[in-house]
Amino acid sequence: METLDVDAIRKDFPILKRKMNGKRLVYLDSAATSQKPIQVIKTICDYYKEQNANIHRGLYQLSADATERYVDSKRRLAKFINASEMQEIVYVRNATEAINLVAYAWGAQNVQKGDRILLTELEHHSNIVPWMELARRKGAVLEYAKMDDKVAHVDMGDFMEKIEKRPKIVAFAHMSNVLGTINNVKEMTKAAHKNGATVLVDGAQSAPHMKVDVREIDCDFFALSGHKMLAPMGIGALYGKRQILEDMEPFLTGGDMIKSVHYHSYEKNELPWKFEAGTPNVEGGLAFTAAIDYLEGLGMDKVRQHEKEVTKYAIEELGKVKGVKIYGPGMEEIERRGGVVSFSVDKVHPHDVSQILGEEGIAIRAGHHCAMPLVTERLGEAALSRFSFYIYNKSDEVDKAIRALKKVRRIFRV
Amino acid sequence: MNIYAEEIISHYEHPHNKGKIANASVDFHEYNPTCGDDITVYLDIRDGKVRDAKFDGQGCAISMASASMLTDEIKGKSMAELEKTGVKELIELIGIDPGPARLKCATLSLKAIKKALFLYQHKEVDDSTKEL
Ligand SMILES: Cc1ncc(COP(=O)(O)O)c(C=O)c1O
Repeated sequence: METLDVDAIRKDFPILKRKMNGKRLVYLDSAATSQKPIQVIKTICDYYKEQNANIHRGLYQLSADATERYVDSKRRLAKFINASEMQEIVYVRNATEAINLVAYAWGAQNVQKGDRILLTELEHHSNIVPWMELARRKGAVLEYAKMDDKVAHVDMGDFMEKIEKRPKIVAFAHMSNVLGTINNVKEMTKAAHKNGATVLVDGAQSAPHMKVDVREIDCDFFALSGHKMLAPMGIGALYGKRQILEDMEPFLTGGDMIKSVHYHSYEKNELPWKFEAGTPNVEGGLAFTAAIDYLEGLGMDKVRQHEKEVTKYAIEELGKVKGVKIYGPGMEEIERRGGVVSFSVDKVHPHDVSQILGEEGIAIRAGHHCAMPLVTERLGEAALSRFSFYIYNKSDEVDKAIRALKKVRRIFRV
Repeated sequence: MNIYAEEIISHYEHPHNKGKIANASVDFHEYNPTCGDDITVYLDIRDGKVRDAKFDGQGCAISMASASMLTDEIKGKSMAELEKTGVKELIELIGIDPGPARLKCATLSLKAIKKALFLYQHKEVDDSTKEL
């Protein structure tokens, strides 16, 4: 029994009708970027056909309307992740920029020489390099909470030990894009706060796939990317608790982030505009509203339930293919595992796997998944193959991928 | 578009010249960070000619098969001949068109060999390796 009407959903995604190499596209790379429904695409077209104007500037109707709809998209996103108010939503390009904003602006004021910064071994490059740079600028110490290999989760014992050394900031993914691991972010945040740390949750992989409640998590910052959740590329958000954002100095400066400017001084704008210098991605904001409408129309609980079912099926079926090794939390941990399944095929390089699947019209990711330390140093693989699922994927697509994997094994005679 | 020709697969399964050369005249390590293909070539050069060539490393079928065939090919060749070997010659040698997405896999060993020769001759690496 399907929890979502996937056939109806698929009709909203024009790209899924495409043929690749004469074969119907099977898109299993939504962790990299999601496909877009016609409602989102139409919002972008309509905006440029009928509504385009710069915001916060014109007194004419077009500009006023665009401004109102842009502000409204923040209200919608605030509600979507249960932030208190739209002032806590800063639009950026993507999760990477959101994390950089915090590492620069918050880091400049709050991190000093010798301070500790705590991450985990499961992070994406975007949640490593900005902190590495901050550590370098400030002479701070970068630490990683270990992964417990047996369960592919953060080793909570090690995390607690390192938390007690009172890092200034702790940053971790809500969900790993390599292993699918869903961290217990609420518990981790609580422990961090108890030890005086500020917490950033990298929600790039969670916000698209499950109900997120930033107030329940109680994190100080939450980073997400629109393009992984049906919205276009180039729009993402940083959520920050109001008081923390109020206390922060601006990141980028210039037009729009000011109230007034004099030759030798300026007055900062109110939140959230203080952090949005220059003309923003208005089209992206409006399309983000359409994306949220779409997801809320489905219901995030159902989205999660659907992905859980497809993931479970994929793990079961992959497990039956000889020579395949699956990474990440096991079946019994499905509640703490999202819709990404990384695997390797014995004696076949992931690029060859992905190439052969590609010839069958099946789009999967192969590589280090922008988590080189995790993949190469902790899992000991140069690269991995990965299926990742979303609302439009069906179990028969998993079947197709499995059949193609058998072809891979035939070609490579393994 | 079958790039997994019989010859590619058999060189991948049973690579020629896999290993190190002790006391090699020169060796060079080349790495493709986007896919993790990783190769070190070892050349034994005497009187301006390649007497022996080996490679070590790991990677996809295309990069490993290409290294296997190329190390076979260059044995006995003069350095001048090697300098003339480019992408075109390599594609002819391996007998498949890897396409733009996999070209870098195919050329990794050639790039390593070219750079090894520059190193051996104490020359600056020039633009000829850029296309690889
Ligand atoms: C866990 C995680 N964090 C951060 C990012 C960075 O997202 P973006 O490239 O949209 O900034 C990704 C994207 O792959 C991710 O999976």
